[in-house]
Amino acid sequence: MTKQVQTLDHVIIRFAGDSGDGMQLAGDRFTQETAAFGNDLSTLPNFPAEIRAPAGTLPGVSSFQLHFADHDILTPGDAPDVLIAMNPAALRANISDLPRGGDLIVNTDEFTKRNLTKVGYAANPLEDGSLEQYHVHAVPITSMTVKALESFDITRKDAERAKNMFALGMLSWLYDRPAEGTLGFLKAKFSGRPEIMQANVAAFQAGWNFGETTEAFSVRYEVKPATLAPGSYRNISGNTALAYGLVTASQLSGLPLFLGSYPITPASDILHELARHKRFGVRTFQAEDEIAAVGAALGAAFGGSLAVTSTSGPGMLLKAETIGLAVSVELPLIVCDIQRAGPSTGMPTKTEQADLLQAMFGRNGESPVPIVAAASPADCFSAVIEAARIAVKYRTPVILLSDGYLANGSEPWRIPEIASLPDLASEFAFATPGADAGAFQPFLRDPATLARPWAIPGTPGLEHRIGGIEKADVTGEISYDPDNHDRMVRLRQAKIDGIAADIAPLRVDDPDGSARVLVIGWGSTYGSIGAAVRRVRNGGHPVAHAHLRYLNPFPPNLGEVLRRYDKVLLPEINLGQLALLLRGRFLVDVISYNRVRGLPFRAAELAGVIEDVIGHA
Amino acid sequence: MPEPNGRHNEGNSSPRLASLTLVPHAADRLTAKDFKSDQEVRWCPGCGDYAIVAAFQAFLPELEVPRENVVVISGIGCSSRLPYYVDSYGLHSIHGRAPAIATGLASSRPDLSVWVITGDGDALSIGGNHLIHALRRNVNIKILLFNNRIYGLTKGQYSPTSEQGKITKSTPFGSLDHPFNPVSLALGADASFVARTIDSDRRHLTSVLRAAADHRGAAFIEIYQNCPIFNDDAFAPLKEPAASAERLIRLEHGEPVRFGPGASRGLRFGSHGQLEPVDVAGADPGTLIAHDAHRDDPSYAFALSRLDTADFAHIPVGVFRQVTQSSYDELMADQIAAARRHSGPGDLAALLAGNDTWEVH
Repeated sequence: MTKQVQTLDHVIIRFAGDSGDGMQLAGDRFTQETAAFGNDLSTLPNFPAEIRAPAGTLPGVSSFQLHFADHDILTPGDAPDVLIAMNPAALRANISDLPRGGDLIVNTDEFTKRNLTKVGYAANPLEDGSLEQYHVHAVPITSMTVKALESFDITRKDAERAKNMFALGMLSWLYDRPAEGTLGFLKAKFSGRPEIMQANVAAFQAGWNFGETTEAFSVRYEVKPATLAPGSYRNISGNTALAYGLVTASQLSGLPLFLGSYPITPASDILHELARHKRFGVRTFQAEDEIAAVGAALGAAFGGSLAVTSTSGPGMLLKAETIGLAVSVELPLIVCDIQRAGPSTGMPTKTEQADLLQAMFGRNGESPVPIVAAASPADCFSAVIEAARIAVKYRTPVILLSDGYLANGSEPWRIPEIASLPDLASEFAFATPGADAGAFQPFLRDPATLARPWAIPGTPGLEHRIGGIEKADVTGEISYDPDNHDRMVRLRQAKIDGIAADIAPLRVDDPDGSARVLVIGWGSTYGSIGAAVRRVRNGGHPVAHAHLRYLNPFPPNLGEVLRRYDKVLLPEINLGQLALLLRGRFLVDVISYNRVRGLPFRAAELAGVIEDVIGHA
Repeated sequence: MPEPNGRHNEGNSSPRLASLTLVPHAADRLTAKDFKSDQEVRWCPGCGDYAIVAAFQAFLPELEVPRENVVVISGIGCSSRLPYYVDSYGLHSIHGRAPAIATGLASSRPDLSVWVITGDGDALSIGGNHLIHALRRNVNIKILLFNNRIYGLTKGQYSPTSEQGKITKSTPFGSLDHPFNPVSLALGADASFVARTIDSDRRHLTSVLRAAADHRGAAFIEIYQNCPIFNDDAFAPLKEPAASAERLIRLEHGEPVRFGPGASRGLRFGSHGQLEPVDVAGADPGTLIAHDAHRDDPSYAFALSRLDTADFAHIPVGVFRQVTQSSYDELMADQIAAARRHSGPGDLAALLAGNDTWEVH
């Protein structure tokens, strides 16, 4: 049977099922197939913090949304075009996001009376007409998977577990995805259990064949590869990009990498990834707590390592005292805060941008710390290299802000040429035994950067003592002198402020210069704001967009940029933290737009907000 | 890894202390004076810390390592000021965290001799967690816990080693806390080297420092230290020469344990595994123990640590336990070396590319 092929410019698919249904894996594999095909893409995994919430319940629903297109895209999409619901709970939790006319693929086997009751369906929605506004594809995924695996010597439970591969096979056929990558992945993943491997491969192929033969799907879709800048590409998540950025910074600087970390969602994957790369001389230390993790990193920094600690908001609180010590002793330290919804434990697997003021001010005394924020999953790579550059050059802790959305989301990444990366080795040097006699001055600053010498143990003649007590300017001896303290407070601040001259000015995207409204953002809202700005421009309204990578110090032209526009709109996934800083620093009456739902902004929502502001400008 | 100025052990055949096998050998013989910094010492007159820092500075030349390869890391408290007075690399850090900071340094720089200076509040209250984990990991650091059973720097509150009922500013009706026995705690954390000594007995203190330096891995030393201002004479019963000979159970590996008047007392195991002091005369000589610090099972050393009594009737000092285990930095370095042996050094371009790439032309 030859099916009609319809060409689309983009598709948004959401896989949804129980936490144990393997939806993250199916979504991840579909993403890899899509990446290999050459589409641009963006993903949004969304899963509960509980490892296995009770099966079939609403809290146990896990989903994975993928947006792929034949052109460059910025977000995982506002609403799915296609929803795959593996059980009634997944349907109930996600159906309100599916627009009228959307495709709904349901696993009918799970729509039992018991499962329906569990999530409050009085009647079966597949039968009561409540889904009439959608294109429903009713597929008995579980039973067809089990039937396809009859000849395998595996348990029924193992056979049922392969249903995510059946669904993946079906979707891979429907969107004409290359299957080789997934087949190779299954072979490698289950290499020690050949029966399970073959069963999963068979389930995938059964799903593919079902798509081809069934009348449930009358149309097959194609989304042509995107036109991206020439180069070699891979798909990458934010945490992987961040870990690779750290290995790269270590190689570029010639400094051995030391990571002190304590497991915490959503940062743990950085520890997991770096622990694999011992060939690069990477030392990973899973500490007894967040405090020891940053403490060990600071100890390694004293010894001349490129020292890093990775955590999320609650861990940042615990590390605050040690970051303050790093400010005082002026040693390089990279602190990666993968923000999540707070306060307290909050929603560990959900995203938020509400640690900005903590990063800025969350220490005692005047303790300025540079802050760099990544804008997209792939951008975590270059953002953390930049954090490393600032840390080693200025001998200061640097906070790198990412968040749960960037950490777990993924997008295509043009793999950089090594030669094109910054030469970190030229940005710093360890202090060497001085030719001139006389005592070593551990706080004699470089006049250009105001950085103090990085004199590591083992260097003869530079023996010195540092600590958290106030030090005398130049000599570093303990000092309680009032004027010295005032001078040191100002010197530490001036050192950080001076970094503004060493970073890229803020670039404004204002194509014809006619915009009167500027939308400014920072961190992971880059994609949502960018997509919203495109919509507004397509609607004929000029609007300018600028995105801050440096939150401390700000780029030197920020004040001028803010004052250039009649109105400045600042969307943040917090209650206006950057807005507070911009108003305080520049006396510009920034318009805040804030939603804190644990999810990225929707582009359509932001477009509406921008149009409102333009309408009143 | 920053190389220690190219100076390793090659060509030097003198036996090295075990903790220093990867630390360069000093070209010149150093003296105590070489380890004295130009900083004015700011402890109270009569403080036990003076004796300890003097013994420490006098001992350091015995390491036969260059001054620049010695690092002293401390937390917060009176004792934690010590790094300022030692002319080497030093880091006076934050309250309780010195073992964690030292762990990062020692595990990334095996060419350094790393010493941690801490007190009973620093190590056992706010930093208790870091202490036990540094010990169980067997990081190659030497931890000197100055135990004066009081908070000195905050002016006299009770500490986690103060006796129950202690009257202090924060406990005018007597403290309610049951004290820690630091040696028992360290043994409970499976520390591979545990010792106790006294500030006023320089010879004994130095011998314990030497034994600690000769141990590759974590070494824990409790030093009874007098605070003349807030807890004077806390250890007075051990300090009169005559009394101390009777009260102190001086542990010497391989030697029969003897103490009391005229060395008339010994130790034997009781029916529940506890150690009991007995009169040597009249005891079955076969039941009297000789000290064995190398027992793999820490129960014996723990039983020794439980001989302490509040009235100092008998207190063991010396090395309770010293067993050989791989140290954390060695294990970490071994994993890196094994990964490189197996797959070669890292190839950055290959790492970034991964296995699933596609080309856009």
